[in-house]
Order: sequence, then structure tokens, then C-alpha cells
Amino acid sequence: MNAPSYNFAYLDEQTKRMIRRAILKAIAIPGYQVPFASREMPMPYGWGTGGVQVTAAILGPSDVLKVIDQGSDDTTNAISIRKFFAKTAGVATTTRTDEASVIQTRHRIPEAPLHEGQVLVYQVPIPEPLRFLEPRETETRRMHALAEYGLMHVKLYEDIAKFGHIATAYAYPVKVAGRYVMDPSPTPKFDNPKMDNCPALQLFGAGREKRIYAVPPYTEVVSLDFEDHPFTRYRQNAPCALCGAEDSYLDEIVTDDKGGRMFVCSDTDYCETRRAEGHFGSANAPETERADV
Amino acid sequence: MFDPTSIATDQPLLVADNLAKSYGRLPACRGVSFKLYPGEVLAIVGESGSGKSTLLQMLSTQLQPSAGRVSYRMRDGVLRDLAALGEAERRFLFRTDWGFVHQDPAMGLRMAVSAGANVGERLMAVGWNNYGKIRDTASTWLQRVEIGLDRIDDAPRTYSGGMRQRLQIARNLVTSPRLVFMDEPTGGLDVSVQARLLDLLRGLVTELGLAVVIVTHDLAVARLLSHRVMVMQGGRVIETGLTDQVLDDPREPYTQLLVSSILPA
Amino acid sequence: MYVAVKGGERAIDNAHRLLADRRRGDRTVPELSLAQISEQLALGVDRVMVEGSLYDRELAALAIKQARGDLIEAIFLLRAFRATLPRFGATEPLDTAAMQVQRRISSTFKDVPGGQILGPTFDYTHRLLDPQLDLGSDPELPERAPVSSEDMPRVTDILGRDGLIEASPQADAEVPVGDLTREPLSFPADRDLRLQNLARGDEGFLLALGYSTQRGYGRSHPFAGEIRFGEVELEFVAEDAGFAVPLGTIAVTECQMVNQFKGSATQPPCFTRGYGLAFGQSERKTMAMALVDRALRARELGEDALAPAQDEEFVLSHSDNVQATGFVEHLKLPHYVDFQSELGLLRRLREEFEQDAGNNGAMQEAAE
Repeated sequence: MNAPSYNFAYLDEQTKRMIRRAILKAIAIPGYQVPFASREMPMPYGWGTGGVQVTAAILGPSDVLKVIDQGSDDTTNAISIRKFFAKTAGVATTTRTDEASVIQTRHRIPEAPLHEGQVLVYQVPIPEPLRFLEPRETETRRMHALAEYGLMHVKLYEDIAKFGHIATAYAYPVKVAGRYVMDPSPTPKFDNPKMDNCPALQLFGAGREKRIYAVPPYTEVVSLDFEDHPFTRYRQNAPCALCGAEDSYLDEIVTDDKGGRMFVCSDTDYCETRRAEGHFGSANAPETERADV
Repeated sequence: MFDPTSIATDQPLLVADNLAKSYGRLPACRGVSFKLYPGEVLAIVGESGSGKSTLLQMLSTQLQPSAGRVSYRMRDGVLRDLAALGEAERRFLFRTDWGFVHQDPAMGLRMAVSAGANVGERLMAVGWNNYGKIRDTASTWLQRVEIGLDRIDDAPRTYSGGMRQRLQIARNLVTSPRLVFMDEPTGGLDVSVQARLLDLLRGLVTELGLAVVIVTHDLAVARLLSHRVMVMQGGRVIETGLTDQVLDDPREPYTQLLVSSILPA
Repeated sequence: MYVAVKGGERAIDNAHRLLADRRRGDRTVPELSLAQISEQLALGVDRVMVEGSLYDRELAALAIKQARGDLIEAIFLLRAFRATLPRFGATEPLDTAAMQVQRRISSTFKDVPGGQILGPTFDYTHRLLDPQLDLGSDPELPERAPVSSEDMPRVTDILGRDGLIEASPQADAEVPVGDLTREPLSFPADRDLRLQNLARGDEGFLLALGYSTQRGYGRSHPFAGEIRFGEVELEFVAEDAGFAVPLGTIAVTECQMVNQFKGSATQPPCFTRGYGLAFGQSERKTMAMALVDRALRARELGEDALAPAQDEEFVLSHSDNVQATGFVEHLKLPHYVDFQSELGLLRRLREEFEQDAGNNGAMQEAAE
């Protein structure tokens, strides 16, 4: 039987070079979706095959990798991908945002500011921001080429006419470097401002759709809006119940079936770091203070 | 009704030079040349199959001529060969300086999108970024084409045929184009609805000083709207002149038959 | 006190341990061997090889065993392994006319040179469950006939000699064959990539699309010109040797549909083709493939392309079951943060709606 043997970080070097060429092109044309010969990975399409290929192509032996899903290092898919690279590349892994040189993410941008030299790799399910307005690839490519984004504005106009607000809560479209309209992947729109003028390199990989795109460091990323209906961030109106943070995006935890709710940071590293620094929230206030209540 | 003083400039806006189109060995249109001046309305009339729709397609760059060329005076005053424009420039013309009114409004409208957004789209495509202003401008235009403001958030698929056609006109005129192509704009409408639409069109064309190339088989439409008429037969222009002159005193036997409604239009 | 969920790693390990146990099932029941799967579930193995696009019965059998009989999962396993294999080059085109035929039928002529050969087929079996199979008794040995030396020309070649069917397009020998696992697909796709995509495509998807053309959604008046199944020789031009070297034989099924004719001012009318080819005995697959291939040629042949089966971008973008299953099943991954964002927006819109309703109510009261 043909027993399999695998290269560093799984992909063969020729494939990595092909992906790096696509990445370089993507960096040269910020926000433009570069077609690439996505490989069939040993994990399902839609589960991060694009992000994994980008990470595999840029990873070196001295890199320190962090993988998050929904902001957390401990969600099952994040663990699975981290294990994949620990096994196939033997690189060091971390859960600390500031220690990582490469961060692969699904659906969140870490709360702690990223710094120069870091790479944030996004897993992207549908890279085409115009897809749900125009399903045809042949047509959307032409629209991008000619910068014809009227249709996107029509959608925003319709939202306001119908709901009084732009009714997009995640995967909120952005314009990159004044040219290409780009899908930021399904991150909550709370995270959009973090993409603007970010010191880290942001790479986006869509495996099933075979596209790579990028936002180079310190690039302008603007969320689409109207002057009189400006883009707004959304955050639940509560502090984190564990660390008391009032500036982080929160997960809603259903605690019982009688309407009981609590809110905790979705970025687990951010929350743990704050707690280590002595911050606390309503759910874990120190005993002494509790006695006072 | 032709008033030479209404022409802002003596330089032509659109120039067709010896245009021809053939499909394989079948010529659809041959040797068509003319000049259209700003503010002038030109009607192209003829039976179906006479080549008038083919000509309109070539003039509006939707069909590449087999020979000859079309030039257009851009807003900077320079006359340019349309075949030499890039696709981006051509599309930009279509969103700003040109309009195209289709016979079937569904071809010119987004049927599932509200009337307000249908009118606002061209504004947003040229960079308008204030929802309130876009909506105000859309409202103004809906009123001008006699559509009630209570219908601004409704999609045109809920509109009657006449309303759809008026909405299509508003969508085209919102960016103040200088040239509008019209392909049988009253076709498929009831006679009473046609009359109202023609009235509205005549008012807008005069008021805005639009140049128009209108293709129609209906000589009443040509008489009411146009300054000049071109009669086509078998892919050729057989007669051309001031509208009243051609329709009241046709020279060509074919035009005489057409005018006396002996030929089926 | 609430503690954020931890220990996902152990949960995953335990889940996989449980999966291995369930795959094995009752340990008092003898374990399946790969040979049993390959020999006795041969058509399942064929399907996994076709859609996994790797001709290796043993690995396909292993994949089926590992996937607990879930064929799409098995196809996925085979594909992921295939992705790591080096490419040496492309073989010479198969000569299916020289096939060592086990089955060959044509619905267009009562008799053709080489004859009609039923071979191993479910056709004309009465679909009655056979309790004998549970007893494990060996079936009768098959009838045997000497290998025929008679030529068995393809029916489409017979039609082609009289110019009654369009010529099969010849590939340009200078242009390398496309590989859609190595280059992203773009539209319009060339014939090589279209056929590759369909050959790898999900049998059920193609079956439904092919069926839809028969019911009028893009009808192309097909006749099953010929379906043949058997062994063909595989040849590879090794650069060192400078000539074609035989690599062995593989079993394939080929279906050539003969479809409604075309003509023009310059060309006399002739039938058109739809083509299907797959590894192993994959008759349903190749027939459906041939129908869809012909439907996708609508634009090329100057026909209206209005039906789903004629829409190239739609068909080729959705035919792959590994892609489809991944994306459908990714919905079970956590979506907490985007759901939370959507929830926040919805709550706000509902609040505003109720406020408006309240205000209107108040205004009405004031007016009364």
C-alpha cells in the first residue's frame, strides 16, 4: 500500500511557493481576490482549509502559532487546527496574542492590539462581498474590475429604507485602500475598525472558493456607510462577568431556561490576561468584597 | 416645433459615420451617417426588420459595428471615437451622461429593489454618499414622473406598466444625462397610458434640453417628440428631414406608404 | 460560578476513540477485510475511486472501511491522500475502441459489429430480496465464452464514418491537459476541465440534473448510442524512453449519448454528442454525466441556455460533493460571535419597532 509521508507543515514546497506567489500578489493589490490552486486538504472545506493553506505556506520553524475560533483558543476547531500544525510542523504554539507571530482566526480579531511583524490569517467561507447580490462569478469579477459598486450601496440603501439601519451585523463590507470592496470574513462588525491602519499583515484564505486576499500593514480599511447613517460598532451593553472589561466583544451565555443570561469576553486570552492583572467581574468578585455586599 | 435657438452649441454631440452591421452574409444595416446636435430629438422609424434597432444598439455601443464608427462629444468638449473607449469609460458614460429607456421596463430596472433605490443607484454609483440627499433627490424625481411618494419603498414589480416605464425614465434622468436612447418607449402600453407617457416625455425633453435618439414604429410618437426623422428600409436610410416635412410631404414612395399607414408598422 | 469551557482537546480525543469503537461495532462479529470490501462491495469501491479520482481499489476499500461505509466521507479521505501525491505527467488518451469488453449495449441499433453483450448487470433482475445471500452459499459459476477476436467498433465511430454525428473534438497535443486540482476553475471552462469536473462530480447531483433534462429542462433528445464497460490499456510516454510504455489496464465505463441534430447553412445536419467516462462499472454515473455534458454544450451549439443543467457556472460550481459536504456541514461549527452580532441588531430593531408602535398608540390616544 502507498503509505503516506508528509512535508513540513503538510504542504509540499512547490505548493507553498504557488501559495506564496498568490499571497505576494494579494499584498501588492490590497483587497483584490487572487485565484489560487487551492489543494484538497485533510479537513473539510468550510472548516478553515484556506486559512490552513495560507498558514502552512508562511510558517517557518521559528514561528509561534496561535489559533482561535470565535475568539477562543479552546473551541474544538481551533484545537484541531493547532494540533494539526503542532504535529505536521512541530512549531511552538501559544494562546497569548502578543507572543504569537502567526495568528490564524475564524470570526474574530483579537482584542489586544496587534503589532508589526505579526500576521493575522483569516479563514474565509465566501470571499466575494457581492456574492449575495450577484451570484455569478463572471459578473462579480467584472464589477470589481470596473469598481462598479453601486449594487452594494443599493443594498445598504434598502436596509435603511426598510429597517432604519444598515442591517449587516457581521461580514460587514469594507473598502480597502480606496479601491476594492472586500469581505472581512464573518467577523462581527465590532471588529471592523481594528482592520484599519493595522500594524500587522492581514491575510485571508478561502480554500473552497480558491481565493486569497490581503490587507498590508498600515492600510486604510473603511466600512461602507452613508454620511448621515455612519457605520457604528455594536457591543452588548454589559461588562464581562469574569474580568469586568467594558471594551471587549462578548459571548452571551444562557445560564438557565428562565431568561438567565451572562456576558463574558469572547477573546479568552484577553479575559485571562485581565484577570491575571487583578481585574474581576460580577461572577467572580473576591470574597472580601462579596462580604461587604 | 423645432427651435434652432435651443441648441446650445453648433457642434454635434453624436456623429455616426458610415455605420454598417452584417450578420454573416446578411446585412442588417448599411451606410448610415448623421449628426445629432445637443437638445435635438431624432426619431428613427421603419418597419420591424428595417435595421432601426440594430442601429440603436450600435449607436449606444452595445453592438460593435462591422464598419464605420460612432463618435461622442464628451463633457470636456472633445469628440471621441466610442470604439476606442475602454469598457470602464463606456460604462461610466452609461451611468452618467447617457440614458437608455428600454421598451420592456424590466430590462432597465431592478424589479425586486425599491423605487427609491432604483432611482438612487446611479447617484450612488457616481459617489453620492448621503442617504437623506439620495432619498430627497429620488423623491423629487418620482414626483416629476408623477409617481406618488407613498410608493417610494415599493419594488417596481408591484407597479403597473405605465408606472414602471415612468420609473425607468426617472432612473435614467437623475444624473442629468445629455443624451438618451429610447427603444419603443411606449410599446406594449395601452393607448391612454401611452398618451400620458408621451406628454410627460415631451415636457421633460424640452425642459431638460435632452438630445434623444428614439426608435419607434409609431409615427404618432415621432411626430409628437422629434425634431427630425430618419426613415429606414432594408437596413438603409431612405429619407431624412425635419419631422413635419417628412411626415406631411414624404418624397419616397415607401415613406408615403408608411405615412398613409398602408404598411403594417 | 461560570467557567469558560476548557478541555476541548480531551473531548476531541475521547470522541475519536469512541468513533473508532463504533466503527468496529460488535467485537464478536468478524472484522471486514479490505479484500471483502473490494470484492463484494465492488460498485461502492468504484464510486469512491471515480469521485475520489484515484484508481486504487485497495485504498478505496480502506477509505470505505475507515468511513464506516459513508461513501462521501470515503471519497474525501481518498482525495486528501491524492492531494499529496507527486504528478509524473498525463497518460496517453485511452483507446476505448480497443477495450476488452465485459458489457456493451447500444439502444440505437438492433445489432452492431461485435454484438450486444449484457455482461454483469442489475438490468432485468426482478428486484426481489434474496434470502439465499444470508446463507452464504456460493452462486453458480458464470457461463464462459472464448475471447472474441472480432472488432467491436464504437457505435459513434460507425455513425461518424457516414458523417451522421459531429466529429469528436480533437485535443491539441501541444496544449497540456488541464488539471482542476492544480489550477482554479474559471468560466467558461474548456472541455477537458468540464469533463474532469463531471467525472469527479457527485453521482446523485448529476443524476438529478440529467433527469431534469429528460423532463424538459434543457431537453436534448438523447439516445444511448453506446455504453461499454471493460478493461483498457493505459500508456504513458516516459521522457527517458521516448515512447509509450504500457502501465497496465484499468476498468472503465464509457457512455456516448447521441443527441438531437444540428446543422447550418454551411454544414449538413448531424447528431451531436454527450460524453461520459468513469472508473470501474459506473453506468448510472456515466449516463448522467453524458446527459449533463451535452446540456452544458448548449451555448457552444447555439442553443438557449435557460435550464439549470445548461448553466455551466451553476453546475460546475456545485457538483463536487467534498466541497458541498464541507460547506453544508460547517454550519455545525460555532458561530457564536456572528450570531451574537445578529442577535444584537435584531433586538435593537424590535425595540425600535415597539417604541414606534407605542408612540403611535400614544399619539392616537392624544388625538382622540
